[in-house]
Amino acid sequence: MSKLLIEGVSRTFAGVRGGEPVKALMPIDLAVAANDFITILGPSGCGKSTLLRIVAGLEAPSEGRVLLDGKAVTRPGPDRGMVFQSYTLFPWLTVAENIAFGLRERGLPEKERDEIVASYVDLVGLKGFENHWPKQLSGGMQQRTAIARALANDPEILLLDEPFGALDNQTRGLMQELLLGIWERRKKTVLFVTHDIEEAIFMASRVIVMTARPGRIKSDVAIDLPHPRHYTLKTSPEFSALKARLTEDIRVEAMRTVQAQPA
Amino acid sequence: MRPLHPVSPGIRTVLGISFFVLFVAFWAWITLGGHVNRIFLADPLSMLRDGWRLLVEDRFWLDILITIWRVFGGFLLASVVAVPLGIAMGAWKPVEAFLEPFVSFARYLPASAFIPLLILWAGIGELEKLLVIFVGSVFQIILIIAVKVGSTRRDLVEAAYTLGSTNNGIVRRVIMPANAPEIAETLRLVLGWAWTYVIVAELIGSSSGIGYMIINSQSRLATGQIIFGIIVIGLIGLLSDFAFKAFNRWLFPWSLA
Repeated sequence: MSKLLIEGVSRTFAGVRGGEPVKALMPIDLAVAANDFITILGPSGCGKSTLLRIVAGLEAPSEGRVLLDGKAVTRPGPDRGMVFQSYTLFPWLTVAENIAFGLRERGLPEKERDEIVASYVDLVGLKGFENHWPKQLSGGMQQRTAIARALANDPEILLLDEPFGALDNQTRGLMQELLLGIWERRKKTVLFVTHDIEEAIFMASRVIVMTARPGRIKSDVAIDLPHPRHYTLKTSPEFSALKARLTEDIRVEAMRTVQAQPA
Repeated sequence: MRPLHPVSPGIRTVLGISFFVLFVAFWAWITLGGHVNRIFLADPLSMLRDGWRLLVEDRFWLDILITIWRVFGGFLLASVVAVPLGIAMGAWKPVEAFLEPFVSFARYLPASAFIPLLILWAGIGELEKLLVIFVGSVFQIILIIAVKVGSTRRDLVEAAYTLGSTNNGIVRRVIMPANAPEIAETLRLVLGWAWTYVIVAELIGSSSGIGYMIINSQSRLATGQIIFGIIVIGLIGLLSDFAFKAFNRWLFPWSLA
């Protein structure tokens, strides 16, 4: 059975000031197997973030439904951990307290919380920074904390909405390796939204390419590159072939997006 | 001068003090130099002499204490009512829809115009003084806090929901801590305004306090005493503001780190 089922999910936004309603997502069907790492690749504004937010339960679909382990998603919950593109650490909590936030909301005793927090601090390489405020951290460290915070809840699925989009290129590459390393060791179902083709291929076991708005699935590409993956993979011929193919796919959609915009 | 270019701390201090010096020098020049009538404006030296006599002979420090007590008492009363209401209005939109129109209207009712009514209701005792400050501050605090709480970062709220927070948890463990420094800053601001209300309250139907001393001095044309009283208010206001600021910094290290 699929871990996550997206059945005919579409989203239409009401028109602004009596204007035409805007179709953000055409009906989408997608089945995600357990422990799959799926990247959703699409041009800006194609509705990929909207799709992720619907899975998270932060937005309701106009039609269709989302099933996680057979149960319909109606609202956000700790079984779907989310990492946002913007830095969403709670600024009044330290790194350790941020990671413990979900555990505290679920009423775990302090001793248990501390153990779990320590293991995730270790996992994302933030030892020694437990008592720092978010403001004292670099962007990469903040996102590492956010990943640890989402994982500490041991969610059924991890949702990431362009989590490395605001980071510089070098940091971004390191973060990709870190997240992939965690996934290779701990196995988790992951849905990762990005507009970066290299990132989409490098991370994924399956890349879903979306069309320009209104978004629908354009292609579904299995990435059979071996694990564990090393950054040198990005320069291999197999990788380049995949990149060339997806670049073509995305380019067509990006062109459509640009042409659709009024001059 | 280059716009927006920072100035060194040393020069900042020197510049800040030098305006005080200029101001007092100008004051001394027009009074001691005989450019204005002494009946209307005392010179700095006699102001200090009058102030000293007030403190030593007329037990003016008792008036100062009673005024401070009124400001903080009324302000505390207003805060206890206004902070929870402001948070509730910011967090829950039906509560806001219910109260916001009335509070917006009430904030423009001048506190000083309520003094005759408050005297009828509460007499001319301490309660009336506290109520003037209460009326003057409570609606302002409610509205400012409601606006701040209403603009809580949505992405933090969403993140908390995906981590398993309940609606109640969002209010108590996201909305309240996220806005705590802003709420404290609001209180600091309004405390400054409370100082103007207390003097007005003491000008009418009062037999103690800094405002009473000022109105009392007016009938004796003791402008030195009046100016001394005004300066004392300014100094206490400045001190309480500094203390409040330091307290906020100590309380919310994360917002400055």
